[in-house]
Amino acid sequence: MKKTFKLQDLDCANCAAKMEAGVKKINGVSDATISFLTQKLTIEADDARFEEIMDEAVKVCRKVEPDCVILR
Amino acid sequence: MTKRERKTLTRIAASFVLLIAAVLLDLEGYWRLLSFLIPYAVIGWDVLYAAVRNILRGQVFDENFLMSIATVGAMATGEYPEGVAVMLFYQVGELFQSYAVGKSRKSISELMDIRPDYANVMRAGEVQTVDPDEVAVGEVILIRPGERIPLDGRVIDGSTTVNNAALTGESLPADINSGDTVISGAINLSGVIQVEVQCTFGESTVSKILELVERAASRKAKAEAFITRFARYYTPVVVICAVLLALVPPLLLGLEWHTWFYRALVFLVVSCPCALVISVPLSFFGGIGGASRHGILVKGANYLEALAATKTVVFDKTGTLTEGKFHVAALNPAEGTREQLLEYAAYAECYSNHPISLSVKAEYGKELDTGRVSETEELAGRGIRAVVDGKVIHAGNTKLMDSIGVVWSQADTAGTMIHVAVDGVYQGSIVIADRIKSDAAEAIGRLRKAGVERIVMLTGDRAAVGKEVGAELGLDEVCAELLPADKVTAVERLLGAKSPKSTLTFVGDGINDAPVLTRADVGVAMGAMGSDAAIEAADIVLMDDKLSNLADAMAISKKTLGIVRQNIVFALGIKAAVLILAAAGWANMWLAVFADVGVSVIAILNAMRALNVPKHNS
Repeated sequence: MKKTFKLQDLDCANCAAKMEAGVKKINGVSDATISFLTQKLTIEADDARFEEIMDEAVKVCRKVEPDCVILR
Repeated sequence: MTKRERKTLTRIAASFVLLIAAVLLDLEGYWRLLSFLIPYAVIGWDVLYAAVRNILRGQVFDENFLMSIATVGAMATGEYPEGVAVMLFYQVGELFQSYAVGKSRKSISELMDIRPDYANVMRAGEVQTVDPDEVAVGEVILIRPGERIPLDGRVIDGSTTVNNAALTGESLPADINSGDTVISGAINLSGVIQVEVQCTFGESTVSKILELVERAASRKAKAEAFITRFARYYTPVVVICAVLLALVPPLLLGLEWHTWFYRALVFLVVSCPCALVISVPLSFFGGIGGASRHGILVKGANYLEALAATKTVVFDKTGTLTEGKFHVAALNPAEGTREQLLEYAAYAECYSNHPISLSVKAEYGKELDTGRVSETEELAGRGIRAVVDGKVIHAGNTKLMDSIGVVWSQADTAGTMIHVAVDGVYQGSIVIADRIKSDAAEAIGRLRKAGVERIVMLTGDRAAVGKEVGAELGLDEVCAELLPADKVTAVERLLGAKSPKSTLTFVGDGINDAPVLTRADVGVAMGAMGSDAAIEAADIVLMDDKLSNLADAMAISKKTLGIVRQNIVFALGIKAAVLILAAAGWANMWLAVFADVGVSVIAILNAMRALNVPKHNS
């Protein structure tokens, strides 16, 4: 399943790159991109574990930039 | 300016005043430290807080942390004014960066904002204003002058002119009468029209375009991937160098601690890679935005990058280099009359929408009685077999005639020939001619100037026709008489022949060439407005069918890539220079702050140039 989420208060381009690398490493994620300019996360992951994976992604992003929120 | 930015601005002003006061007061001892700590705290508390918080989360090479170490270090060595000033400038730079990015993001999205806000739908005899999403297929909407057309549909009442500039880049308004189709996103200029809605908002052209442009940002260019990878190593390497710089010379060579510690701090200030990380995707984003304003939809930064490296362009002939509007140029009957030959061909092709069939039917002119046709079969790349009034008609090229064992004769008129046989007896041929687009020669000239070395044309048409077009436009190679599958093979051969670093771009009208569009490095579909299949298969979509748009797309890609390269070289160059100067002791923190935020700002401003489409002199 491929889904796109809006990111709020993402204000550092390098952080976006770090988040992207982190989200890609999550088990079950086949592809992920974070666009700093459109402030969007596109994630392609296992259908069955999607919610679980998203929880994990939120954790990864919070670790890089605590202010940034993934709107789900 | 956002609320957050305004707050930062207030803090910058307050801290600046306090800093000046501290310098003027010029206190002694602990009072001096305190007087500088106040402006420092005002401007830097959030950076310090974020640094501590991120360190606890295991983010070692975080820019907040590095800035904190650098400024705290400066304070610790007694450089109070410098410590405060560096933090102050860092915040000024961050503020400006955030403002500039926000501004460019906004101007790009405004540029692409063709989303209609509402639709006037006629329900129960009155006009209701609703969200375009709520209108169903078959409902009638009213569009007044000045309004954006919210949904694709057919005009059932009224006539007007519409401006398709937002969709195709064509600024000349188009005349629309009852019965014509209108495309969502265009602007109604002069008259009130009533339109019967033909598809839901989600499936309308405007939604498709918006979705495509939105998605473009997630397809990253190689240059961007390179920069992100580079950034991952750059910061740790610079920080390690800073540590070595602070420890090695004093410990091993017995040099002065204070001097080398200061130089190490300068390193830390330069260690953030943000300028690069932000300016590269911003340039691509700008390029894609600028292109979309001209009716050139690029599906991703990677395609813009690949297009710029094009050395081989492969064109489809019909509808791409030529107008694709055929007319019957000659009738050469072998048996019977000219009218009879035309009638056979028109009936054989009665169910076909191929441009050639359409021209034959147009020439025939009379209403076709489909009851006479009992069977039709399209033979790909060869023609049509049909049963009309119980007679088997074959209409198609020479391959078709050969395959059914009919002897045909060649006519001298140049053009596409349809040979007709009835019950295995040759009836003669119809010559169909197509015109080369008026801007084809100029566009090809511009492509050559842009560095394209090889221009090839593929066509399913006869070799003689292909050669004629090829010679007139000065093409390097013409491959004629190709079946759809042969086109893929031809493109594969050309892909093998080009140098691996260059790109092969295929340009077609997107109707029959989806496999080729996907196979080429970059697939460009032309005249795609309203054609879903073409929008789906291509990497770059030209809404209009003007060839000059292809040359424009090429110019945009080249310009964007140029800006990307400038930014990479500029930012890396300045940072490298400051690092070398700092190690040698010739750079201070001021210069380092410039290398960090100043470079970001300049790179962002440069990236914004990508929005402006380069002009050409025709």
